[in-house]
Amino acid sequence: MRFDTPATTNPIDRLRIIGQPVDRIDGPLKVRGAAPYAYEQHEAVPNQAYGWVVGAGIAKGRITRMDLDAAHAAPGVIAILTTENAGPLDKGKRNAAPLLGGPEITHYHQAIALVIAESFEQARDAAQRVQVAYAVEEGAFDLAEAKAEGVGPSKDSPDSKIGDFAKAFAEAPVQLDATYTTPDQTHAMMEPHASLAAWDGESLEVWTSNQMVAWAHQDLAKTLRLKKEQVRIRSPYVGGGFGAKLFLRADILLAALGARLAGRPVKVALQRPLIANNTTHRAATIQRIRLGAGRDGRLTAIAHESWSGNVEGGEEENAIQQTRLLYAGANRLTGTRLAHLDLAEGNAMRAPGEAPGLLALEVAMDEMAEKLGIDPVEFRILNDTQEDPEKPDRPFSQRQLIECLRQGAAGFGWDQRSAQPGTRREGRWLVGLGMAVGFRNNLVDKSGARVRLDGEGIVTVETDMTDIGTGSYTIIAQTAAEMMGVALDRVVVRLGDSSFPASAGSGGQWGANTSTAGVYAACVKLREQVAQALGLNASDADFADGMVRSGERSIPLADAARDGALTAEDTIEFGDLQKRFQQSTFAGHFVEVAVDAATAEVRVRRMLAVCAAGRILNPKSARSQVIGAMTMGLGAALMEELAVDTRQGFFVNHDLAGYEVPVHADVPRQEVIFLDEVDPTSSPMKAKGVGELGLCGVGAAVANAIHNATGIRVRDYPITLDKLLDRLPG
Amino acid sequence: MMPFTYERAQSPAAAAAAAARSPSAKFIAGGTNLLDLMKLRIERPGHLIDVNGLALDRIEPTAEGGLRIGALVRNTDLAADARVRRDYAVLARALLAGASGQLRNKATTAGNLLQRTRCPYFYDTDQPCNKREPGSGCGALAGYSRQLAVVGGSEACIATHPSDMAVGMRALDAVVETVRPDGATSEIPIEGFHRLPGETPQIETALQPGELITAVTLPPPVGGTHVYRKVRDRASYAFALVSVAAVIQRDGSGAVALGGVAPKPWRRAEADAALPQGAQASAAALMQGARPTEDNAFKLKLVERTLGAVLAEARS
Amino acid sequence: MPIPDTETSSRTPAPDPVPGDVSLARLSLRVNGAVRELELDTRTTLLDALREALRLTGTKKGCDHGQCGACTVLVEGRRIYSCLTLAVMHEGESITTIEGLGTAEALHPMQAAFVKHDGYQCGYCTPGQICSAVAVLEEIEAGIPSHVSESLDAVRISDAEIRERMSGNICRCGAYANILDAINEVGGQPA
Repeated sequence: MRFDTPATTNPIDRLRIIGQPVDRIDGPLKVRGAAPYAYEQHEAVPNQAYGWVVGAGIAKGRITRMDLDAAHAAPGVIAILTTENAGPLDKGKRNAAPLLGGPEITHYHQAIALVIAESFEQARDAAQRVQVAYAVEEGAFDLAEAKAEGVGPSKDSPDSKIGDFAKAFAEAPVQLDATYTTPDQTHAMMEPHASLAAWDGESLEVWTSNQMVAWAHQDLAKTLRLKKEQVRIRSPYVGGGFGAKLFLRADILLAALGARLAGRPVKVALQRPLIANNTTHRAATIQRIRLGAGRDGRLTAIAHESWSGNVEGGEEENAIQQTRLLYAGANRLTGTRLAHLDLAEGNAMRAPGEAPGLLALEVAMDEMAEKLGIDPVEFRILNDTQEDPEKPDRPFSQRQLIECLRQGAAGFGWDQRSAQPGTRREGRWLVGLGMAVGFRNNLVDKSGARVRLDGEGIVTVETDMTDIGTGSYTIIAQTAAEMMGVALDRVVVRLGDSSFPASAGSGGQWGANTSTAGVYAACVKLREQVAQALGLNASDADFADGMVRSGERSIPLADAARDGALTAEDTIEFGDLQKRFQQSTFAGHFVEVAVDAATAEVRVRRMLAVCAAGRILNPKSARSQVIGAMTMGLGAALMEELAVDTRQGFFVNHDLAGYEVPVHADVPRQEVIFLDEVDPTSSPMKAKGVGELGLCGVGAAVANAIHNATGIRVRDYPITLDKLLDRLPG
Repeated sequence: MMPFTYERAQSPAAAAAAAARSPSAKFIAGGTNLLDLMKLRIERPGHLIDVNGLALDRIEPTAEGGLRIGALVRNTDLAADARVRRDYAVLARALLAGASGQLRNKATTAGNLLQRTRCPYFYDTDQPCNKREPGSGCGALAGYSRQLAVVGGSEACIATHPSDMAVGMRALDAVVETVRPDGATSEIPIEGFHRLPGETPQIETALQPGELITAVTLPPPVGGTHVYRKVRDRASYAFALVSVAAVIQRDGSGAVALGGVAPKPWRRAEADAALPQGAQASAAALMQGARPTEDNAFKLKLVERTLGAVLAEARS
Repeated sequence: MPIPDTETSSRTPAPDPVPGDVSLARLSLRVNGAVRELELDTRTTLLDALREALRLTGTKKGCDHGQCGACTVLVEGRRIYSCLTLAVMHEGESITTIEGLGTAEALHPMQAAFVKHDGYQCGYCTPGQICSAVAVLEEIEAGIPSHVSESLDAVRISDAEIRERMSGNICRCGAYANILDAINEVGGQPA
């Protein structure tokens, strides 16, 4: 199905099942521990061996000698994989650094060997007996240093210039010129990257934990120089991803290579202490923002430049993309600068670009509001735009930002905020309120599904879509149930298998809208087949309550399949509506913090997000996406940072004790309000995404609340107490 | 993790004797730190002596009116003990500020004292660490040292001791009781139990090879107001940036010990003596001779401010 | 353990003690009410005994170092991290895992409350959260204090108590607020 004109009324609009806060259909499995994740596929194939990954002990250089004798001699060892015996390998289209390193090492903890043994304990022990000598080379590990040496715009992403920024900024009566930094972050999903691989002759089967089955499929086949038909990938349950599992990573490749070498199935989970340096991370940024405004508070000049680093072949962290779209202003300059760094590959982490970008921009807006003496909410409303500021003939499809802010301010008690910072004290706590705008673009990509109706009236959906905690199983079932007019328990959803039609996968908050749109398309076809089988007119047939009605006739749906199951497959493909309309999602984030007046410990006391994100397919799971993202935003604001050792070139705090993410005690009452919205330009579902929107802006709201509580403006994240301590009032 | 043989010890003396027979033996009780380090091959015992079966899990009054805490008393049980809550609240509070419920259910009194540092360079076997591999250098000194010691460290090592419990015990003048392989018992005041790194950061305690902790005794209750304040980035399940254990009397005198700032629970007589003069004076005495890094210099100010908050709380 | 040699580093690693052969131990565990006889490498953690030897994969491995809580089980009724204890140390002891709490037909009230309140997303930390939550309510009932207890002697259920006690179970998806609602429902506190 090609989607190139805005959606009109369709069966989804009935909202009998779609739009309802139904419990997750995979919930009962998950609460019993009965949903098998990648490392738990004991029943898949017999005789599984265990792999343990050896990571490089240097950041840059060459292996001069690798002594495997002691490891080979250790009990239970079956084989040891290195580049010496891995055979020829290509590199996946989406991988920058090689997943199996050696002799050249391009980042710390790059995998250099997989030790395969009969048991987990034996594999670990033997791997720890591998001895490696290196010739270390100088590397670049310090973003600030690289920036100081001068990095220009890259050819691939030239600066965007509208009007005359320099002139407008120089002439603006009120100016802000501030620089912000955001640190490297790691996804820290609870399930490590893990895979089981098994060969049958020249065919390879992999059970893994991956957000994008089609990408992993393509890149694994390419890396191994196999035809895609020789490879099957399954990823039925994913224990969190946040971008970490978008790509083919070392666990999959090493399991596959290890299984070939060992001649039997091998399973591999990346050891937790390896993950931060071995896999991808959200790259640190340095962002300079300049804002110029008239005394009336209208922005006349907006500039946002962002520096980040990456390995050869890696891309920049696009922290400026929201600034191109979020506020009106005639004169604009935005651009990214990419430095070469020899840390691990920087790549997408939940809301890449906007998450760090808004950490800077929305604090800058707060600072500017303060300079102007305008309430921060009103300042944003004043500079709202209903069209793309770079292309004024291109409207936003929906933009309810002002409503998000007004409802949020009212619901949160924004009027209780003192405009004078550092003036509200409750016992030992300095209390402040802060807000920020959340913004994340709506992305779409083609997505396929197969739907089958059997003689029992059961509808089975198959797509390679994944559920990474997002609720895909449930909203896909809701979509099929709505379309086919059956109860939710009459729908079976099977996900995460490369033998199913390729979906858009889970990333960029596009998964919910696009994967259900693919199911919608397949269901439209299935409805036609059903109508035909029942001798009804497809165009006026109504599918409801397990019956199909047309005119005076009403026939059980299952009857259509009494002579055999009916199967339909389709892919939703998107035309140019994304070009004609700017499709984005919006939020107003409101936060109350308390800062200990003695120690500067910051604790968040209340959070509210008001979101406008198209149709909400399941308010229960969508709300969970948003509160989870708010929690991650709290972490970004207050604690999350991969500390770089700029001499040795690695992330030092590379485990879950050293890299602190929020725990339960950090998280207060969280409220989420979804505004009524449908976006017919987005898809037949009229939905957009919320999973990343919920993160965007949260950290800035925390930062602004800290400023309101203390009068201290911290421009370097995370805002840990050491950055406040010297400047606490009183 | 290397292979090891495993035995269950039948008595404290037998456990110590078994340890003396095998130079690569280690005692295991809660195991929450030892196994963590064995998995990374930082600890490499060839033989494990499981001491959990020893009857060292009681809390009993001493003849002097104090409390004798068996080495195997779990952190949860120690914090929940009615006598500890009543008379040694600073210890109960310190215990409860540490780790998580699951860890406190397993971790023992002796094991908590013997925790090794959480310095990330100690934990990363690809990095130099004088504590892990004597003579290899210290990665932390010029590296990432935000969590590490500001006082009591050396050119060889600036690791901190991670325990909260031990900081409470330090403020209470606890005494560590041990048995040696020859059956002799000994009493080690907690002040001398943990050692400063000097040039031998691998030697962390006063224990001899094979020596087994059997109990920790607390002197008779001293009364006063007990406060344990732990400052950390996240609200729970995190090691201290700075912690303060204080027992403050009505006249302003008392005892104060710090966690998170030194290679051992940190206390100084001069600082106790200065308590009546206030936090600034006491903190200055505690931090005298401090040699912070750029990353952790904030701890000096944090000590003073946290101590100030603790004294204010004790007064109120 | 990759060890840079002297060409590039002055470090000389300490020699390993002489490696022994694998040491095996026989043991029996009472897992979810059933006695299970095992012969295991002494190095096997309780977690790996459950997941690999007994194929009870409901108990999860998130970090294997006591830093996440996904492996929480109940041993003799107390919650612990099964990754930081050896199976051989639990001879004869009673272990309850998520599989022992409820069945598909009859979920444990805590399991049902997690479904009702959407107390999870990816599901990976969930079994550990649920085992922990069951124990937390018992700990509060037993009067065991926590870091946030105002009085060490009068412990009462509250949001703050639950949040603190559940802090040894990390949920990166950030379902904490819903987990709190689920526990409150079972614990009798109004959500």
